[in-house]
Amino acid sequence: MSLDPSPAPAIELVGIDKKFGPVHANKNINLTVARGSIHGIIGENGAGKSTLMSIIYGFYQADQGQIRINGKPIVIRDSQTAISSGIGMVHQHFMLVENFTVLENVVLGVEGGALLGRDAARAREELKRLQKDYGLEVDLDAIVEELPVGAQQRVEILKALYRGADILILDEPTGVLTPAEADHLFNVLRVLREQGKTILLITHKLREIMAITDTVSVMRRGEMVATRATAETTVEELAELMVGRRVLLHVEKGEAKPGPVLLSVKNLTVKDSRGLKMVDNVSFDVRAGEIVGIAGVAGNGQSELLEAIAGIRKPSSGEILIDGQPVAELDAARRRELGLAHIPEDRHHMGLVLKFEEYENSILGYHRDQRYGRGAFLDLEAIRKDAEDKIAKYDIRPPNPRLKTANFSGGNQQKIVVAREIERDPKLLIVGQPTRGVDVGAIEFIHRRIIERRDAGKAVLLVSVELDEIRSLSDRILVMFAGKIVGEKTSEAGEQTLGLMMAGIAA
Amino acid sequence: MENFDILVSILGSTVRLSIPLLFTALAGLFSERAGIFDIGLEGKMLAAAFASAVAAYATGSAWLGLLAGIAVSILFSLVHGFASITNRGNQIVSGVALNFVAIGLTVVLGQAWFGQGGRTPQVSGEGRFSPIILPGADAMRDVPIIGPLYANVISGNNILTYMAFMAVPLAWWVLFRTRFGLRLRAVGENPGAVDTAGISVAWMRYRAVIVAGFLCGFSGTYLAIAQSAAFINNMSAGKGYIALAALIFAKWRPVPVMFACLLFGFLDAVANFMQGKSVPLIGEVPVQIFQALPYILTCVLLAGFIGVARAPKAGGVPYVKER
Repeated sequence: MSLDPSPAPAIELVGIDKKFGPVHANKNINLTVARGSIHGIIGENGAGKSTLMSIIYGFYQADQGQIRINGKPIVIRDSQTAISSGIGMVHQHFMLVENFTVLENVVLGVEGGALLGRDAARAREELKRLQKDYGLEVDLDAIVEELPVGAQQRVEILKALYRGADILILDEPTGVLTPAEADHLFNVLRVLREQGKTILLITHKLREIMAITDTVSVMRRGEMVATRATAETTVEELAELMVGRRVLLHVEKGEAKPGPVLLSVKNLTVKDSRGLKMVDNVSFDVRAGEIVGIAGVAGNGQSELLEAIAGIRKPSSGEILIDGQPVAELDAARRRELGLAHIPEDRHHMGLVLKFEEYENSILGYHRDQRYGRGAFLDLEAIRKDAEDKIAKYDIRPPNPRLKTANFSGGNQQKIVVAREIERDPKLLIVGQPTRGVDVGAIEFIHRRIIERRDAGKAVLLVSVELDEIRSLSDRILVMFAGKIVGEKTSEAGEQTLGLMMAGIAA
Repeated sequence: MENFDILVSILGSTVRLSIPLLFTALAGLFSERAGIFDIGLEGKMLAAAFASAVAAYATGSAWLGLLAGIAVSILFSLVHGFASITNRGNQIVSGVALNFVAIGLTVVLGQAWFGQGGRTPQVSGEGRFSPIILPGADAMRDVPIIGPLYANVISGNNILTYMAFMAVPLAWWVLFRTRFGLRLRAVGENPGAVDTAGISVAWMRYRAVIVAGFLCGFSGTYLAIAQSAAFINNMSAGKGYIALAALIFAKWRPVPVMFACLLFGFLDAVANFMQGKSVPLIGEVPVQIFQALPYILTCVLLAGFIGVARAPKAGGVPYVKER
């Protein structure tokens, strides 16, 4: 007649093991998640977090091991089993049908009867209740693609709750959110916890772990290396556990010594294909020996600004001068000849050809260089030698210039791009999202390279949606909102100040 | 009054020429809304035409002909599904291959069975879908304007014609008012959303291509034993492609699909009427111009002059679970 004093854990994983061919994604994972807690899983990209969550949600089956939900062992064969066991998942890339309404998206798969009309009213009632209980405001009749990302994420959470989820898995939920939206999300998560829901939060952002979780587990190279009570650990300890060595989170840098203006943007306006002003009459200078950061929520014109400077997008009016020379009429290649290098925001779409071997990507855009060949012919010997040098210098792994680029991890792919652009020794480096989807070790490495440019007396323009990155690298910070530069701050500016400017609330 | 008679006759043939387009375009609508591009509409229509002609000749029943047409067309759909859904092959390649198979196979089988160079023997009577005279058609014939329209355009069509027009609101209702339609549209936009909602993407898409096969069975049957009385070599003659053009022209929506098919049918009717006639001041207009117009209009649309046609987002992309 013994009463179990503590309820069974919400999730228990015992000896979970998963291989994808030669890749050992999860090695003998054990994990216990207490009911009614927020449990963080942190690790670098490729540490196996997403695979593990996909196994819990029934996307993949583990090769070995057992899953227990609320103490009961279950076999999760597909997502349907996961859903009926009370597991809901908010994916990193939202699983929403963009041209459907919020209501249609929520009921998809649990419509009730074969006809839509009859059950819609009941669904609406139920959703209204969920929205009120958990603070998940969103217009049920709005078309999803017209909603801001924060609202789309609330739709995902509503979807999970409507399916009766008791355990909610969130995969990198703040990657696309503004600081304010992230705070809103955290409030929602706290309410969910109060109501007894269990939350599993996957992230590589240490700050979030510290802010919201009760317990944190660290994954590294497919293994679960540690579990800590959040209150009893530190950012430094977690970072060390993640990468297996100490990392410097705050980049050390000296005073900037600004020199002559190397990039000058005057009254620049860029329109998109619909004729909307994406960049609206923007002017600023970047000097030799300084890093100018452009902060802003994604989609406020930073990408278009970067592309206009790089020569990929034609501005509708305004001037761009590189080292004093107007470049409006010059294409991207000619601008590079003037000393511009560009690390594009999206390495997959712009920076690399994923099907190419590493050495081919290492000269992409510089293939006309005398060093790499003569006339129509490439000097493969020289190119490979050059690629090997870069691989050694930038510690690109695996160190094989003949490997297909798609087979490198995100961090190493980014290093291929960074090496290619920085090794040209450009006067002006423009960088978009240098560390998006890149692990902590590589972030530190890339940050150091960027600061070296500055210290070598070159100019750097940095665009990033990561406020931490902007603040730790930039000497001056420009904030963009709705296509305009709404203000300039020094790197001393507080996160909150910048956050308000990014949201268009303060100047 | 003579011009009005010409108009009535053109409108009558517009309806007749639109019907195969309409069934086929609706077939494409279901398939493509589910994310499976179907360039094989042409082949399915042709195979169904052959099957229905053979079955109607053998059994003497038009309805059994229709059944055979539907069965063969669905079989073709399943091959397309197996290639592009189960094996994640290229949907265009699979569709084109089926078109070739249909052209070749119908002739070979037709020659082997009937020895008439690929034609099938004529069917008549119960073996065909004959025109139905609606009540009052004769009585109303003399009423000005409405009379001839009713008697020659609305009345006097076969049962498949009326079914084609009824299929339009039915398709709309299925796509936009039922669970099946919601899931079908979802799977063509974001199969990941469907998969994570615990619904099988493959099964959903298979059902969509089966519906497409079903509808192509009607269009093929219409060609062989309603509009004609036998199967003739390559009798679909590109109508599958025109139907595809109509589908794009209508931006993948059922009711506009009907109007697009009527427009393209009208152009075809005008082309037939203009054959050998000369227009004052211009002279003889080559009929090829009218035959090319559906494609030209579709190109103009795709170039963005008449709004933007937004294809189902996941169209043509085999679904693979991402890692």
